[in-house]
Amino acid sequence: MTTKLFGEPVRRREDARLITGQGRYLDDIGSSAYAAAFVRSPYAHARIVDIDVTAAVDVEGLLAVYTYEDLVGPMAEPLPVLIPHPQLTAPRTGYPLAKDVVKHVGEAVVMVVATDRYVAEDAVDRIAVTYEELPVVVGVDAAREAGSCVHDDVPDNVAARHHQETGDVEPALAASPHTLSFTQYFERSAAMPMEGKGVHARWDADDSSLRVYTSTQASTSVRAAIAAKLQLSLERVEVIAPDVGGGFGVKIVHPWPEELLVPMAARLLGHEVKWSEDRREHFTSSAHERQQRQEVTVGYDDDGRITALDVHIWHDNGAYTPYGIIVPIVTATQLVGPYVIPVYRVQVESVFTNTVIVTPYRGAGRPQGCFAMERAMDRIAQERGLDRAEVRMRNLIQADQFPYDHHLTFQDGRPVIYDSGDYVGLMGKLKALVHWDSVEERRAEARARGRHLGIGMAMYVEGTGPGPYEGGHVQVLGSGKVLVSTGLTSQGQGHETVFAQLVASELGVPMEDVEVTTGDTRRFGYAVGTFASRAAVMSGNAVALAARGVKEKALRIAAEVLEVDPGDLEIDEGLVQVKGTPGASIPLRTVAVLSNPLRYAFDEAAKQATQFAGPGDDSKPPVAVGDAPGLEHTDYYSPVRSTFASGAHAAVVEIDPLTWEIEVVDYAVVHDCGNVVNPMIVEGQVHGGVAQGVGGALYERMAYDRDGQLQNASFMDFLMPYASEVPDVVIDHQETPSPLNPLGLKGAGEAGVIPGSAAIASAIEDAVGRRIAAMPISPTELYDLVRSDADQVTNVGPKTTGVLA
Amino acid sequence: MKPASFGYADPTTVEDALDVLAADEGAKVLAGGQSLLPLLSMRLAAPTTLVDINRVPGLDGITVSRDGVRVGALVRHVQLLHSAEAAAAQPLLGRATANVAHPAIRNRGTTVGSIAHADPSGEMTSVLALTDGSVTVATPGGRATIGWGDFFVGPLETSVHGPAVVLDAFFPALPERSGTAFAEISRRKGDYAVCGAGVVVTLDADRRVSSARAAYLSVGLVPEVHDLTDAVAGKPVDSADWAAAGELARGLVDPDGDLHASADYRRLLVATLTERTLATAAAEAARRTA
Repeated sequence: MTTKLFGEPVRRREDARLITGQGRYLDDIGSSAYAAAFVRSPYAHARIVDIDVTAAVDVEGLLAVYTYEDLVGPMAEPLPVLIPHPQLTAPRTGYPLAKDVVKHVGEAVVMVVATDRYVAEDAVDRIAVTYEELPVVVGVDAAREAGSCVHDDVPDNVAARHHQETGDVEPALAASPHTLSFTQYFERSAAMPMEGKGVHARWDADDSSLRVYTSTQASTSVRAAIAAKLQLSLERVEVIAPDVGGGFGVKIVHPWPEELLVPMAARLLGHEVKWSEDRREHFTSSAHERQQRQEVTVGYDDDGRITALDVHIWHDNGAYTPYGIIVPIVTATQLVGPYVIPVYRVQVESVFTNTVIVTPYRGAGRPQGCFAMERAMDRIAQERGLDRAEVRMRNLIQADQFPYDHHLTFQDGRPVIYDSGDYVGLMGKLKALVHWDSVEERRAEARARGRHLGIGMAMYVEGTGPGPYEGGHVQVLGSGKVLVSTGLTSQGQGHETVFAQLVASELGVPMEDVEVTTGDTRRFGYAVGTFASRAAVMSGNAVALAARGVKEKALRIAAEVLEVDPGDLEIDEGLVQVKGTPGASIPLRTVAVLSNPLRYAFDEAAKQATQFAGPGDDSKPPVAVGDAPGLEHTDYYSPVRSTFASGAHAAVVEIDPLTWEIEVVDYAVVHDCGNVVNPMIVEGQVHGGVAQGVGGALYERMAYDRDGQLQNASFMDFLMPYASEVPDVVIDHQETPSPLNPLGLKGAGEAGVIPGSAAIASAIEDAVGRRIAAMPISPTELYDLVRSDADQVTNVGPKTTGVLA
Repeated sequence: MKPASFGYADPTTVEDALDVLAADEGAKVLAGGQSLLPLLSMRLAAPTTLVDINRVPGLDGITVSRDGVRVGALVRHVQLLHSAEAAAAQPLLGRATANVAHPAIRNRGTTVGSIAHADPSGEMTSVLALTDGSVTVATPGGRATIGWGDFFVGPLETSVHGPAVVLDAFFPALPERSGTAFAEISRRKGDYAVCGAGVVVTLDADRRVSSARAAYLSVGLVPEVHDLTDAVAGKPVDSADWAAAGELARGLVDPDGDLHASADYRRLLVATLTERTLATAAAEAARRTA
């Protein structure tokens, strides 16, 4: 078939729009809208004594000021705990506007609405809030020590204790020929999309309806939340995700306070209201991720094979738990990676701190889990005097062991059963790609240039595409256009291209005829959202199934017209034709017209479907019994459990032994996401992920001081890597199709970021011969590490646990 | 992150600019705006009036003479970066400017503006100091030349108060038998330097070191120039111990630590950058002495 596009590197059709300034982002909407701005807490933990708005009242252009006292009904209740869990025994959420107490810098206290954002900020500056400071908890170690508490009724600061074990770990460790233990830290970073959050709301008083645009990863669920909180009927609320300038996880959280407050104000004021988050707000009022303290004990035999693994994780969840304990559960369950772990126990304490909330950021707990497992592999290799690749090879799950059951329960409550994979294959490809076995020559060559060279690797398995479901709707119009919609949202991934590829392939139409809409509740009201590397797996399969439904119906209708058996028909280039019989055909667009019998002819195409058109046969109505009018079909895909993608990364670093600058000179990725719909888009996803992995390893951290003030809340001091800091990435693909879904797909969105810190830590360690036990690491920290003369030096210290000295 | 409201004036003469500045104590001069506008957006500065000097003619020239290079108040970094004439007279200008931020900022930001901003992590403040340069300042009372040492008072602070416009900066030419080098280390390419060094090495007619001087970025409250000649004085250029000069420098500086570098690490970089840049500058001086 000429329209077979699955697997082709089709150019992204959204790019022309997005890169020439034709995108329609949140702030492009509603130029006449009133603007909201917020008074946010300057303290990490304080009691609100008084809010004095007197000085703001004179600001010309001020329209409204809202505090907690102005919230009514469900708005006055705490924000939802989106994902409750039995082990989340002390869930806590804030209010849309703080009630009595603030628990992190940046928490919203007052909302101001004015004629524009400048005026709104003028008013914000004039509102005086009096606070009584309370003791502050910053960093996972301080939370653990519980010298003071974030929530009065949670004295130990522990929100959740999560525990899983696959056997009796203590006797297994005792029986192990060797054991080693270590403690390490992983720092906070954040998703940092180029476009912050933003909400625009318009209330139609005559229609009693609300339209909300929001820069979200979950428009259907935002809609439900707004309806519930503002006590509106669901069908009176529509929520649309316009072009979204990146999400990377932070925009899956909802409803953000602003997503409720802005619609509330629009309704009360009877006027459009908009809030566009600025970068400083994003740093202190959105979400971060990644800080953990990890205590690892691993047992292994003489050959370096793991016999038992015992891990205790202290996870910093920030001030509140709106997104439950998804992140630490992902760490706990994905830590085991591609390895056979005969006995595994993991215990997680998820603790409160007076810092910005922690919710999934691309990777969502996996980079930390990978860091624990892969650093254990490196240590075993060193203890046994073995090659790091060889130790990993000896522990890998073999290709004939699938499906492989880890006997763990994943974040979605389903079992961690790896559906397919070839981890030995990954390792072989990676070693070839990065020339693993000839590194000593490179090391010598670098040494001659006065540079320390090191190489490191890390492997991962990533559960992707969790349910419960996504749906797709495909409709063929009389014009021949094919409309595709799915409820989940897009943040630049290339969904318009990929879903069009899938539908064009399934249906047999030119891709140019296919139009894709995502994240618009007017078009598709049922969806979960874009997260967990699930869009291609979930909506990809759903739209493919919907296209198959349309094709089945089209063939049935065409078969009647052509008086043939539907099984003898095919669709190619938009033409329904009898296989092997040239000329016996009918355009798909005509089938679409016939599928909807009409009384009124409003154009030439419609005329063909009216009751007096042509020599019809009354005994053969174009709409069969049980059929609905229209050539369209809706279908849903719901997986039994997640599908597990995998990969292996290697980093080569060079270090200047005089300045301790660290340069990643080579970065190799072998990637397996099952069948690849569009290899160019998958590679783009990998590149972006690697950039964030390098950022997390070498540049980015949230530098809180002991008072809970974020010291680097700008792009001047929060060092997101530029293109100049990101290495060229070489990629090799491996495809082990998933047996779990019709298209054999696995997710690809997050993979690139997962092994970055583990692989780069390994490479630095290899280059300088000192143990790296905290990431990220900067040149000044590496300098401290290498000039320390202790025998077993690690860079673990108070500075790297999330608190500045 | 929207500025508080401010007045705006765009005078076409220096005198008019001074009049506006004299009439409004809270007025600030706007040239390239690359430092000022972010401060406004973050409401860290709230000038009552911005006096935009971009329409004042005659301030956008680079004048090269035997004595040195005079850079007008509206000369953008990128102009200096690409000025072969300026580089011929004082090679440090191009070498340092190449390290100023990113192309977009170099296209708008002005060299004199960054000097008037008096940021000790700015490249051009250090170059002004190292070359023993000066600025011309216009005030209602007239025009005055102020040497760098009297101009820089503290971080983001100069000795000029009241209504004033910095009209130009003058960088003396590189002396005979001299070479220069400039290097900096930043966390990301184009960031403010964690540490930077510019050096000038001068030889005598016998190709022995007669002078070695260095200026540093991000190590003090104001630009610092250190004379390192003692470590290498009289040594033949090919065998001078530049590492010793680096060690001398390490002992002379007293940097602070911050988010990106400890004080100790900055001292290490001072030593390393000093050694590297002196060696490069000496090689250039040797070529110019041949």
